[in-house]
Amino acid sequence: MAREHVKHIESYTPQAGTMIPLGTQKFMRTCVLWQLIRFVAINIKMTILIVKSHH
Amino acid sequence: MARLVILGAGVAGHTAASFAAKWLGKKHEVVVVTPNSKWNWIPSNIWVGVGEMNKKDVTFDLAPIYKKAKVDYRQAKAVSINPEGSESKSKAFVTVEYTGQGKEGTSEEIEYDYLINATGPKLNFGATPGLGEGTTMGEHTVSVCTADHAVHAAHVLDEKIAKMKNGEEQTFLIGTGHGMCTCQGAAFEYIFNIEHKLRNEGVRDKAKMIWISNESFLGDFGMGGMHIKMGGYVASSKIFAESIYAERGLEWIIGAHVNKVEAGKVTYETLDGETGEQEFDFAMLIPPFAGVGMKAYGKDGSDITDVVFAANGMMKVDADYTPKDYRDWRASDWPRTLQNPTYKNIFAAGIAFAPPHPISKPMKSKNGTPITPTPPRTGMPSAMMGKAVTQSIVDMMNGKTSEPTHTACMSEMGAACVASAGKGLFSGTAAAMTVFPVVPDFEKYPGTGRDINGTTGEIGLAAHWVKHLLHHAFLWKAKLKPGWALIPE
Repeated sequence: MAREHVKHIESYTPQAGTMIPLGTQKFMRTCVLWQLIRFVAINIKMTILIVKSHH
Repeated sequence: MARLVILGAGVAGHTAASFAAKWLGKKHEVVVVTPNSKWNWIPSNIWVGVGEMNKKDVTFDLAPIYKKAKVDYRQAKAVSINPEGSESKSKAFVTVEYTGQGKEGTSEEIEYDYLINATGPKLNFGATPGLGEGTTMGEHTVSVCTADHAVHAAHVLDEKIAKMKNGEEQTFLIGTGHGMCTCQGAAFEYIFNIEHKLRNEGVRDKAKMIWISNESFLGDFGMGGMHIKMGGYVASSKIFAESIYAERGLEWIIGAHVNKVEAGKVTYETLDGETGEQEFDFAMLIPPFAGVGMKAYGKDGSDITDVVFAANGMMKVDADYTPKDYRDWRASDWPRTLQNPTYKNIFAAGIAFAPPHPISKPMKSKNGTPITPTPPRTGMPSAMMGKAVTQSIVDMMNGKTSEPTHTACMSEMGAACVASAGKGLFSGTAAAMTVFPVVPDFEKYPGTGRDINGTTGEIGLAAHWVKHLLHHAFLWKAKLKPGWALIPE
């Protein structure tokens, strides 16, 4: 239930002015299969960054 | 045979020493001067600070590593530099005071042909009354700046968790302890690792968790924030950061200069000029950094510290130090070769070099108190600087050139930052961020100042795995184990 993820947010507080992840987003963060793909992607991104940074 | 002296054996200094020993071989001499007997992988101190790692997991003895690399290791602190020598010595030298090796308290003058200043920072606890005295942490707060500090923090945290298990409510205050701090990332990691631990211990509902920071907005990180591609938008790191804090139920006080720490209470001033008090049961406040306080003397013994060092004690290099308004800052203000402009055989790397100005927009409270994060230059940029200055010096020592051959400019290099938000093989998460370049270049990248394809961020388990991988990879590299030089900075 989406409301479970936002029930601790109070109106008119700084916390109410941002986006809160719901269930699917949270699930994907620790979904092993998806995260294995992201692991490879992050390593590729960082490798490109390192190569671009050496002068 | 020429001699390279490296002051400091942190990320920048140890990287420089490792590559210098490898590239110079027996042709020249490499001397490392550091007051510490152990190397510390500082990014993992936050896991020590929540009891998920031990001190021995993040440290190792330097002496056997340098013996293996044939580096002359002196456990001593650098006190002063004589870049022109002295009336009795024709050659440049550094004066050091031993802190170990059975020679504690004795001084020695070590001559050099080339010098790398990679001393890192002085942890300036004394800048905030009550936060500590000089470089010594006070009794009201904890720290994760060193492995020993982190061990102490973990013990205090365990006491608080025990209280919460007995039904007591506790307030946690984590962040920066002064208006001119850097290293918000370490505090960011620590508050989320504590939050994760409290959930695992089943006491999260007993904890009020508050972030206090000198950033003018969450997600500034001392880099003026960054813009990340997300869901078809380019969004500010402010949204990214606020979302994580709100999701985990953390409150935040930003644009804050902590001006006093007492037992269980801090007082602070914010950018809008208001003052406030925040009570706490557990507080980890990062101290501001300063130069280590080295002096410099001319041949006649005159004090030339202001020629070699900036007012904050950091070493002057090839940056443009002309005071400028924020709107006139340019990427080209930032140093490229990290060579001292007066003494061409002296270089600085890592936190030890004096930045030309902050990266974040300078701000003052209505009362005139400066509240501006200072530029981060730890981790990957530090290591890249250490390697680049060593490459230049090796080329100069081998007679290939008289000018630096390599650069490591923060407005031309990127940085990868993996900020842990909780440890666990399948339950852990971290924020993996890449930023390119570290210092925004608004001429090259109009709008956000950075390459939006190279500036990314995501949170998840994969980032935690990357953080773990980096922990082991960099310890392997620092211990100079087989293939160490293949592991990138």
